Amino acid sequence: MADKFVARGFVGKRREGARADRVPPGQYLTEDFPVLSAGPTPRTPLDRWSLAIEGLVQRPKTWTWQKFRELPSQTFVVDIHCVTKWSKLDTRWEGVSLDTLFAEVALAPGARYLTAFCDGGYTTNLPVAEVTGGQAFIAHTYDGRPLAPEHGGPARLVVPRLYFWKSAKWIHGLRLTEEDHPGFWEGFGYNNHGDPWKEERYSG
Amino acid sequence: MERLDWQLATVNAIRPENPTAKTFTLGLPRWRPHRAGQHYDLRLVAPDGYQAQRSYSVASPPEKVGEIDLTVERLEDGEVSSYLHGTVVVGDRLEVRGPIGGYFVWQPEMGGPLLLVAGGSGVVPLMAMLRQRRAAGSKVPATLLYSSQSPERVIYRDELEALGRGTDGVSVVQTFTRTTPPGWKGHTRRIDRAMLDEVLRPLGPGLLAYVCGPTLLVEAAANALVLLGVPPDRIRTERFGPTGQ
Amino acid sequence: MAELEGDVNRALMLDGNSVAGLLGGVFGAEVTGCRCQCAHCGRADAVGTLLAFTRAPGVVLRCSGCEQVMMRLVEGADALYLEMRGVAFLRLERR
Repeated sequence: MADKFVARGFVGKRREGARADRVPPGQYLTEDFPVLSAGPTPRTPLDRWSLAIEGLVQRPKTWTWQKFRELPSQTFVVDIHCVTKWSKLDTRWEGVSLDTLFAEVALAPGARYLTAFCDGGYTTNLPVAEVTGGQAFIAHTYDGRPLAPEHGGPARLVVPRLYFWKSAKWIHGLRLTEEDHPGFWEGFGYNNHGDPWKEERYSG
Repeated sequence: MERLDWQLATVNAIRPENPTAKTFTLGLPRWRPHRAGQHYDLRLVAPDGYQAQRSYSVASPPEKVGEIDLTVERLEDGEVSSYLHGTVVVGDRLEVRGPIGGYFVWQPEMGGPLLLVAGGSGVVPLMAMLRQRRAAGSKVPATLLYSSQSPERVIYRDELEALGRGTDGVSVVQTFTRTTPPGWKGHTRRIDRAMLDEVLRPLGPGLLAYVCGPTLLVEAAANALVLLGVPPDRIRTERFGPTGQ
Repeated sequence: MAELEGDVNRALMLDGNSVAGLLGGVFGAEVTGCRCQCAHCGRADAVGTLLAFTRAPGVVLRCSGCEQVMMRLVEGADALYLEMRGVAFLRLERR
């Protein structure tokens, strides 16, 4: 690639090398919470909201908002990393662990992958092994307040160990499958897995 | 179509338009005439390779040969606008690419009457249209409806006042949404259907409407114009990002 | 007039004009003034009218009528991906 012209005195957003232990390669720290979306904000009133877990499960189940909020909730303080290069540390959420949800439906043998599907049509895919054992949750509260629509409210998936495009906003279900099915960004330029520590951004 | 490549422009002049907006006059080694409404992309590269890119509408008419005027409003958290306002001086060089845009453009042969609806910095491409109209000696009636948050945020104030007072067929109607100039007797609210209806009437049928500004304003105004009977294919819109709040 | 007050996401939305430079590089031609038809709902309009979501891992262009995805672009490390399943046609004028 030809050498680019460097603009005199331009350094861009501050991207200190501090916190290298917590900031994956190629990322910069941000204090705010950028809003990114592939489409308009879906607006599902709570009385029509539902969360379904289906596919390779023994007891497929759908929760209404009220039933979902009756499930045990935990506080999660996690770092999040967006493929567009910003990272935010110590974000504070409340939500229901996927372990809790999977215990309700009992995964069937062969359920190795899941597809998260969302209002607005967005999908993303994940290996089951990477969302169990406390690694993922469905969040309803961010920073002590109900999750705002522009950040995925009423509820979104949060999978902090992978790039944040995997933390699907406006979630309304998870489908368990034997095969892996690439979602909206995977296989269209974006990495199927998305580990920020290995900088698995693109698919090549 | 000619390939659009990046070129190194030289900052020939910087003029403040108001406390938060400046016009940068850039000399281009490979200038070519643009159409009013088009923009240039501007790219900044940091020593470590980090890049930021933005689009800025051309404010000057194509009659200004060899140079383009870009009017940039400084956004509070604006990475590029802060750099342009705070660091760039005359003589600096900036990478630009353009002219770009084939939809949101007006040329005198397209005729009129013209209704130009601007929110905040959305006035920039519309000003290019008015300037070109004047340079080309066009007589089509034109009305600019311009919404600003406050008098300090108005861009091209003196020029717009002169245009509005002139006998050239241009009318300028302003509205302020937060604070008003002393003694202001005009509109003090967001652009709405009633205000658009008012400015539409004197223009008559067959008009071309151009709406530019923050997305929410553009959508509200364009929807209102359709409801007021302007054929959708006579309305062109360009959404800018939200203004710094 | 319905104004989506407080919808930050909608306020950040732009239109095809905002990616004119990117599309110009891809097509080797200025396309914002070119007509394209939505494969979902059949609406045909200029590329400049498409709703653009540019603050995403890639650029997503949606029909201004039905809001379904018409085009997506991702600038990866070594390649640019372009997907146009949602475009029934794009009319590129000859000069």
